[in-house]
Amino acid sequence: MNGKSTVRRPYVRPMGGWWRRDPFFMRYMIREATALAVLAYAVVLTLGVVRLAQDEAAWNGWLDALRSPASLLLHAVLLVAMFVHAKSWFEIMPKTMPMLFVGGRRVAASTITRIGWAATVLASVVLIALAWGWRT
Amino acid sequence: MKRSNAPIFWLLFGAGGMLSALLGTALVFITGIAVPLGWAPGDLLAYSRMLALARHPLGKAFLFLVIALFAWHAMHRLLHSLHDVGIPIGTASKLACYGIALALTVVAGWSLLATG
Amino acid sequence: MPASPETIDLDVLRYRPEQDEGPVWQRFAVPYASDMSVLQALQHIKDEQDGSLTFRWSCRMAICGSCGMMVNGRPALACQTFLRDMLPGPVRVEPLAHFPIERDLVVNADDFIRKLESIKPYLIPKSPRSLADGEYLQTPQQLAQFEQYSSCINCMLCYSACPQYGLDDAFTGPGVLALLHRYNADSRDGGRAARMEILNAEEGVWSCTAVGYCSEVCPKHVDPANAVNQNKLNSAMDYFLRFVSPRGASR
Repeated sequence: MNGKSTVRRPYVRPMGGWWRRDPFFMRYMIREATALAVLAYAVVLTLGVVRLAQDEAAWNGWLDALRSPASLLLHAVLLVAMFVHAKSWFEIMPKTMPMLFVGGRRVAASTITRIGWAATVLASVVLIALAWGWRT
Repeated sequence: MKRSNAPIFWLLFGAGGMLSALLGTALVFITGIAVPLGWAPGDLLAYSRMLALARHPLGKAFLFLVIALFAWHAMHRLLHSLHDVGIPIGTASKLACYGIALALTVVAGWSLLATG
Repeated sequence: MPASPETIDLDVLRYRPEQDEGPVWQRFAVPYASDMSVLQALQHIKDEQDGSLTFRWSCRMAICGSCGMMVNGRPALACQTFLRDMLPGPVRVEPLAHFPIERDLVVNADDFIRKLESIKPYLIPKSPRSLADGEYLQTPQQLAQFEQYSSCINCMLCYSACPQYGLDDAFTGPGVLALLHRYNADSRDGGRAARMEILNAEEGVWSCTAVGYCSEVCPKHVDPANAVNQNKLNSAMDYFLRFVSPRGASR
């Protein structure tokens, strides 16, 4: 060789806006953003139990606020976000589990996702039944 | 390498995520859409009924767990989302995020205990 | 069927540290054939148009893991990515994301290599064995526990897919953690305790946010996302049960 060494000057590319570079990352950020809805609903419920602990008038004030158009719009958004959360949660759930075998065959990720959805339907039905039917 | 304390918050995140996945949609529908629009029996969220629920040990536990676990799930996720958009996970962001979850937990717990 | 084009354009991100301030795009027109891979296109450019174009490659059959690069913004093996799937072009070719660029399409992989060596990627016997003990016996199910994770060809596509690694290269990363799991999951291995310290660290599984893109891009279907995320539970159990039933790291 000619005895000259090559210049090394490693170039590090910036990460700014990385999530805009690929639809997969955009879907990931949307999935993570559903946490805002979970937080918002926790705040709504917290306000509710605070009012509940005060008195009947305070509680009815909270119920009235829920009837406002702003609240209905908010909860429509929260409803969609909760659904997106559930969907993405059950899609990623198989990745968090070790290999499962039933009858010598590997349980597929899609099966685990479907079980998650079935549990959701069941839990929702039970909740609605209790909400409608529970009496002291 | 130093052992991480993440497991504590991750378990809370996981429990809250599972609970909100299983019940979040139905709960939002019931309290935020069905009752306000009059699609549910008139007394579903009535004061006397809800007070009785909050006073019942199981009802108290249910309401507390929903609020607390939703809060810890959301703030853990939002802490990491802040990191994803360039705000590193440090003492300040952890205090702010988990602080909010703690605040909601304490306020809800206190109020539920105050119902009797 | 539209007629095949005569040529297809490749936009290649060049970087020659001795003459370039930073990376620059250069467009090349390459003769098109329906069975040409991106690697073949790059080889044509190097052979016929610009001999200075620098890139890694070896087996050209997706087993050596050398030719990883970003093709149209997605981590891929150049030998396994075909021009026909990217018509009409231009095809954007860049070095693997999240690694420093040395020259053209060659990245610095030192960090990955160092991490690979750090996880004790070899069988550590549960107890000392002699030849008289004979060979290990494994059932098909025991093999299934680790076989897919042993398919890793160290191509680093998962590191390019992982935004957490991109944001902070202290993260051990998907491929190395999948290999760590490969050994932990092998019934012949007794080294779980020795590897716990890495798993339990913030730089271990706890930097992962389950984006899942690593498993999407893996050419060998290793599913590193699964390897990392199932170990979050193992790490959490070690955290809470460490005084009762320690699985390894005492710190």
